[in-house]
Amino acid sequence: MRRNGYVYLAFAALSLYLLLQSCQGEEAIRKAQYTANGQKLYTSHCQNCHGAKGEGLGALYPPLTDSSYLHEHRDQLACFIKHGLSGPIEVGGKAFDGEMPAMPQLTPIEIAYILTYIGNTFGNTEGFYSQEEVQQALKMCENTAR
Amino acid sequence: MQKIHFIAGICGLLMAFISGCGGSGTEKLPILGSREPVEKEVDGKIVTDTVYHQIPDFQLLNQDSVRISSQLFDNSVYIADFFFTSCPSICPIMQRNLLEVYNEYKGDPRVKFLSHSLDFKHDSPAVLRAYAQKLGVTNDQWQFVTGTKAEIYGLADSYMVYAKEDSNAPGGFDHSGYFLLVDKDKHIRGAYDGTDKAQVELLRGDLETLLKANE
Ligand code: HEC
Repeated sequence: MRRNGYVYLAFAALSLYLLLQSCQGEEAIRKAQYTANGQKLYTSHCQNCHGAKGEGLGALYPPLTDSSYLHEHRDQLACFIKHGLSGPIEVGGKAFDGEMPAMPQLTPIEIAYILTYIGNTFGNTEGFYSQEEVQQALKMCENTAR
Repeated sequence: MQKIHFIAGICGLLMAFISGCGGSGTEKLPILGSREPVEKEVDGKIVTDTVYHQIPDFQLLNQDSVRISSQLFDNSVYIADFFFTSCPSICPIMQRNLLEVYNEYKGDPRVKFLSHSLDFKHDSPAVLRAYAQKLGVTNDQWQFVTGTKAEIYGLADSYMVYAKEDSNAPGGFDHSGYFLLVDKDKHIRGAYDGTDKAQVELLRGDLETLLKANE
């Protein structure tokens, strides 16, 4: 019991140290901020369907844990959120054919928060999404007049 | 001597506490809803009896396009809720939580599940069937039903669930996400917010209590 306590303490100290170290970069600070904001938005806008752990629900709602899907569609994700998504897709080796509602009320910065959150949680390592990247991505789907 | 009395006193108190807490095993669930006194004549004497709120008989179309009636639930306890398949807000949370309870009791004939669709226009039996399959429901223990607007909204009233068509609400229907625990006599024995994990835990406990009382 005692020994475990020390191990945990040492581990906690080490993680705190590492956290402080990695927070040195300005990008890292922004990423942490975006992630925190994104978590709140995720809870209110996405969690009901995609689950608290991004696990999805059966064949109704796909999980957000398929890192390669998120990576391959990185420049389309903003459009999925803003304009919705429907039609057959394959995520995590499973087929889905549902309908995700559009959320036109979300602003580019809010979408950047959400994407930074899901892109770096649930086992994903997509890195930071800036507001500029989201604006750029949104131009693509707004041009093709979906 | 004094000391012994003191210790005995403490023990007595402790006993009272323990038996007070242990009493939960034989606890009885309330019957929810309105109750009316009725006067009856028994052996020439007028006695007052209580009539409790009860779910009325119903006939609804299920996910296999079969007309099911309330008799299907006569010999089991069931959990009812109201939802619709395209609901973008609370229903996915409710059905995720109910699915967990369903998976726990799958194959147990004492427990059934009944989800009513509020979207009488879009949620045909075929749509409900696809939904049930995608959710992961693999037997007929969980029924998904549709009916006329009057039937479904009338039943929602009986289950004490608020439900209304409302173009301003997400998905077009405003409704509350309650799970209703109903006993063999169609009395409502508990109402739980289906979007709240802690309330769903309460439901689990009450379901067990009800099943024990039926033994
Ligand atoms: C009403 C339920 C619902 C809500 C709310 C919802 N989604 Fe979805 N989402 C879906 C469905 C259904 C699909 C699959 C669509 C298809 O089959 O074409 C999907 C697909 C996705 C995908 C692509 C597939 C995957 O799983 O990686 C992403 C990314 C995604 N959603 C992110 C989000 C984010 C972020 C939010 C919150 C801003 C959100 N969703 C809110 C239902 C929902």
